[in-house]
Amino acid sequence: MTPPSLQTLAALTPGDSATILALDAGQALHHRLAALGLRAGKTVRLIRRARFGGPFHVRVGTTDLMLRIPDARRIQVRKA
Amino acid sequence: MKRVALVGMPNTGKSTLFNRLTGAQAKVGNWPGITVDLYSAKLLLGDQMVQLVDLPGIYDLRGFSEDEQVVTRFLREQSVDAALVVLNASQLERQLQLFAQLAQFGIPLVLVLNMADEAAALGITIELDALAGWLGVPVCLVSAKRGQGMEQLRTRIVHALRAPAQALSPDDALIEAALKASVHVPAQASHRLTEKIDRVLLDPWLGLPLFFGVMYLLFQAVFWVGTPLQSALAEGFSALRAGALDPALAAAPAVVSGFLLDGVYDGLSTVASFVPLIILFFLAMAIVEDTGYLSRAAFLIDALMARFGLDGRSFVMILMGFGCNVPALMGTRVMRSRGLRLLTMLVIPFSLCSARLQVFLFFIAALFPPRVAPLVLFSLYVMSIAAAMLTSLIFKRRFENSDPFVLEMPPYRFPTLRQIVLRGWHEVRHFLRRATRFIIAGVVLVWLLTHFPASAAPGSGATWAGQLGGWLSPLLDPLGIDSKLTIALIFGFVAKEIVIGSLAVIYAREGGALVSAIAHDITWVQAYSFMLFTLIYTPCLSTIATIRSEARNRAFSVLAVAWPLALAWLVSFGFYQAATYF
Repeated sequence: MTPPSLQTLAALTPGDSATILALDAGQALHHRLAALGLRAGKTVRLIRRARFGGPFHVRVGTTDLMLRIPDARRIQVRKA
Repeated sequence: MKRVALVGMPNTGKSTLFNRLTGAQAKVGNWPGITVDLYSAKLLLGDQMVQLVDLPGIYDLRGFSEDEQVVTRFLREQSVDAALVVLNASQLERQLQLFAQLAQFGIPLVLVLNMADEAAALGITIELDALAGWLGVPVCLVSAKRGQGMEQLRTRIVHALRAPAQALSPDDALIEAALKASVHVPAQASHRLTEKIDRVLLDPWLGLPLFFGVMYLLFQAVFWVGTPLQSALAEGFSALRAGALDPALAAAPAVVSGFLLDGVYDGLSTVASFVPLIILFFLAMAIVEDTGYLSRAAFLIDALMARFGLDGRSFVMILMGFGCNVPALMGTRVMRSRGLRLLTMLVIPFSLCSARLQVFLFFIAALFPPRVAPLVLFSLYVMSIAAAMLTSLIFKRRFENSDPFVLEMPPYRFPTLRQIVLRGWHEVRHFLRRATRFIIAGVVLVWLLTHFPASAAPGSGATWAGQLGGWLSPLLDPLGIDSKLTIALIFGFVAKEIVIGSLAVIYAREGGALVSAIAHDITWVQAYSFMLFTLIYTPCLSTIATIRSEARNRAFSVLAVAWPLALAWLVSFGFYQAATYF
């Protein structure tokens, strides 16, 4: 079981900030996420979630991104 | 001639920089071994002519997407003398990685930090000399949108072209160190205005209704400004014919004057009178896209799209298709999952493109009172999206989607007048080039078919066109589509730009006279049925050709032609039968 402080991005609630620990993604997706700023050690903030299980709106550094829940589950974070 | 490539991530203002440097003299060119069209232009730098080539926006060079391969192949095989690496000055933290990957090509690089104004607004400071020192390449800070820093950039390019190529190999540690030493980002850097606007436009409940409301108001505005322009232009063309062309050709043989006036002139002038409306429509779409609202629409609607086997990007492509289906089809290259890409390509041709828009504007003006005109057009846009959604619902199981959905949401940007006009002009030029090529050939062919054999009365059932319409009547009579409209539909298969021109030739009338002749000939129910068929069946040969070359799959291409034809028939049949029954 994952310790309570370790979770995925999908478990955050809007307004939460967290530090990225690892990306659980294949090579191609890993590169794409890194190019968009999602890298281990960076701080990510959940801004809002779209209605009806839609994508997450997150901020990494000065970049705003949207990503779907299955993709958010691949990003392990520690809540700040 | 020296060749300079423009490389960068999406959303860095690369195209704006390209336009700023070249003055929008871009030409689309084909390159050996490169499957996509690339814009290029010649410009004078110092005392030499240089060819600047705009490469597709990419996030990474280690991936396998088509655009990434295009950039890699181009830089390797096309003897590039220098490359401008365009980065967003406020996002260097993540974008410098791309520079590191490009450095390995051994091409002289110039680092262009664009959107200087946004970086300044965020309180970001960049020590340019320090950054250049760390990275070993010239760096300039510009705002392509406002034209700032362009002189310095030109000088840097000239220097780079003289410099000997040197292989750099910046690693992650070096990039980190360079960032730490020369780029200072305040702890709370955020776009305040964007956050405020997002709180309203991305509201969980109001977001989607607001988006559709905005789109509807834009249509209203386009109509309100464009319709008077269109009628004035149409009257002008009629007056020109009555006042100058008819008398001038009075002495010519009937066949010659008929061909030139009833054929070429009527066909072309009827189409030309719609150009102002098309321009306004493109301007409206350019504003929605360039402000960043379109990517918000993708965010809002993704949950809904997921149920249809698509994603938010597919929806954006469908909206892009409202301009022209061909670039929207090519835009699907950003999708890695083949299933998602094919499904999106199957639904894009239902997008009500500008060529179809022109047909609808004509029929709506002819058969509906001005009060309901915008509503009728809006209903066709709704039908357009409904046909796309129905199609993806039916076919989603055959095209499985496994693509990750991770997209940038750029801050709201307010395009300058120059940007809007350039964008609009670009699209209109593309439309006109296609239109004139197809229309002249089309109207000439229609004129021949409706005036020969010489023994038949023009436009009657005895002409070749009349016979053709007769053969198809068992199929199209139940839809309320008569033989004259049938001929227009046949030509519309080639390109929708021809439809109105060919009707002008079939009826041997133009402008206002054509409108009243058609209004006299058919009911609004027939007209709407015809519009539904025109909306749903094959958009044009260019679209089919693009689907063939992008999908590289014969069975899929056949499906992409056959399914819309069947759907068009069913929808028109259903509507016409129901509307005449009640």
